[in-house]
Amino acid sequence: MKTTRRSFVGGISTAALISSSSVAFGQKKYDEGASDTEIKIGHTCPYSGPASAYGVIGKAHQAFFKALNAAGGINGRKINFITYDDGYSPPKTVEMVRKLVEEDRVLLLFQNLGTPCNTAIHKYVNQKKVPHLYISTGASKWGDPKHFPWTMGFQPDYNTEGQIYAKHIVANVKDAKIGVLMQNDDFGKDYVDGFKKSLGKDAGRIVKHVTYEITDPTVDSQIIQLKDSGANVFFNVSTPKFAAQSIRKAADIGWKPAHYMTNVSASVAAVMKPAGFENGQGIITAAYLKDPTDKQWDDAPDMKAWRAWMAKNMPGENTSDGNYVFAHAVATMMVETLKKCGDNLTRENVMKQAASFHGLQLPLVLPGITVNTSSTDYYPLQAVQLSRFKGESWDLFGEVMHAEST
Amino acid sequence: MAAFPRKWLAVLIALAVVIPLLHPVLPDLVSNYRLFLVSTMIIASIAVLGLNLLTGFNGQISLGHSAFYAVGAYTAAILMDKLDCPYYLTLPAAAVMSFIVGYLFGLPALRLEGHYLALATFALALAVPQILKYKWLEDLTGGVQGIVLMKPEVPFGLPLTDDQWLYYYCLIVMLILYWAAANILGSRSGRAMMAIRDYHIAASTMGINTSLYKTVTFGISAAYTGIAGALSASAVAFVAPDSFSFFLSIKFLIGLVVGGVGSLTGSVIGGIFYVLVDNSAQALSTFVKNDLGLQFDLSAYTVFGILLIVLMYLMPMGIAGGLFAVIRRLRRS
Repeated sequence: MKTTRRSFVGGISTAALISSSSVAFGQKKYDEGASDTEIKIGHTCPYSGPASAYGVIGKAHQAFFKALNAAGGINGRKINFITYDDGYSPPKTVEMVRKLVEEDRVLLLFQNLGTPCNTAIHKYVNQKKVPHLYISTGASKWGDPKHFPWTMGFQPDYNTEGQIYAKHIVANVKDAKIGVLMQNDDFGKDYVDGFKKSLGKDAGRIVKHVTYEITDPTVDSQIIQLKDSGANVFFNVSTPKFAAQSIRKAADIGWKPAHYMTNVSASVAAVMKPAGFENGQGIITAAYLKDPTDKQWDDAPDMKAWRAWMAKNMPGENTSDGNYVFAHAVATMMVETLKKCGDNLTRENVMKQAASFHGLQLPLVLPGITVNTSSTDYYPLQAVQLSRFKGESWDLFGEVMHAEST
Repeated sequence: MAAFPRKWLAVLIALAVVIPLLHPVLPDLVSNYRLFLVSTMIIASIAVLGLNLLTGFNGQISLGHSAFYAVGAYTAAILMDKLDCPYYLTLPAAAVMSFIVGYLFGLPALRLEGHYLALATFALALAVPQILKYKWLEDLTGGVQGIVLMKPEVPFGLPLTDDQWLYYYCLIVMLILYWAAANILGSRSGRAMMAIRDYHIAASTMGINTSLYKTVTFGISAAYTGIAGALSASAVAFVAPDSFSFFLSIKFLIGLVVGGVGSLTGSVIGGIFYVLVDNSAQALSTFVKNDLGLQFDLSAYTVFGILLIVLMYLMPMGIAGGLFAVIRRLRRS
């Protein structure tokens, strides 16, 4: 990065010159993609290919903005939500995002999904000065307003979450010997990096570190290796299918470590139930969203409203899929941002409003976890709460934990 | 192989050179985005051309060309990232590197024919993205995070946009490679390659060193695809293992078959076709749903698949074969 910073800054300033000359005069309040009647939002996500399970997030957004338009839109403007399939392939994301920005002329990009896909367009959108908001990845690198003032993430980042687990282990487990199971990709790496960073001098407590590929059929042999290493703490960085397998396997072979599992796999329906409730007792995770299958939220007004919304706008869809909850929360945040912009729908103002939230409580986000941003803090959600699996649901305990990743 | 008339070729090249210069006059029609899209088509064409040399002209089937594409892309990316190598010097390096990998892979492939070779190359395509993530290579390849690069800068202070320059850069490379391929195929070596494809035993009886030709063809084919990979690394300015999934090999194969197996012109058409259809399939499926009002919720790939089946039915020899057949029929009548 060092050698390229100068040319990068040069690129930005030329881009600024070029774009400032093309903005129409007289219309002070609109940039490309916004008008009296509509706001264009661009989006990419994998509807096809190996990561197409995330396609439901895109479908939920489409339904969300359709319903919003039917209810009158935002400040009288309809949302024109343009979404393209990138198949989780970074070169394809570049093609599609360039199409969104240069052909469709969207006002902003919203919720582009995938760490490698967003990395591929990171520089481009910042040179073009297009808001790149609330993107759908938990990598820790998105909150860097100094170098990338047009890019902002949404969820608590993986790195921070990893740090929180490490702190809890050091404080609560005596004579910890830690075994780590990690998915071998950016998601796994980010967690383990944060975890190790926070362990610091205690990093030697990791006695075994095994990995698996997302294409592997099972993680049985990895779990056996971890048990054999004599570990009494299990840091489980895996996606739902593998999380369920590992919980079941550990129980089968009689391994009973203090078990810490990432938030990504904290779904009751997709992980805990298939793994067997009796096998998952006492597992600790960190949460920031309400799990739709968790019975304790059944009477919460936001959960009730969301269920009614789903029944009306996405009938027949699986309401136990946490991706829908995620999509609803983040789309609501987009709407809040645009509402705040009022009639000043310039790209600059969109970023300004996105970077000035104080204590916003989004629906379906855990009570007490609020959105806070500023011109130097580009991490909207930065708090999580630990919870322990008990009976058939997650039992929140302790305080809401704020992590300062910046 | 029907030769493309020289007159037409000159006209096409002239158009390809002149049209992008209209960008300042017609900024919407000749937009930067479209130039970029055409650049990706050119890159795809080069990759398909490489595959065609192997499959179309030498009769060896490969499902592993995404691997060579990745080798080329990563060679270029690592040279630019670690050694600050200028982007144009990465092409020969990528070509050499991919040639070596292709040649070495060609050696065991000698023992494999037809479906078995397809399976072995398939394994290569699956293995390469994993190897790129391997922890010993991670410092070099950036692991899962990939490598972020700079876009090629316009040289000599030419009054071009980045995308115009990228387009010309890709076009020049493709013309050179196309010319070289046409020359190889027109030479003794080319005839030997095709003889091996048509009748292996007869070719070796006539004194052709079949194993040498097959491995070298494998190497050259890999080198072409590697150059395409290096170009794509410059164009996209980012490489990551996710960019080189096995599906990329299938796309090259689609380009090859749709364009025309054993036709150089067909390779170019095939490259253009798959980028174009890949991009417009989704638009087409929303068009069917929203504008025609038909309640088919077709995924983009369903549309893509239907198009492929229709094409294969109408033009079993690929688009190039179909076009030449039409031209021949018109001339006869």
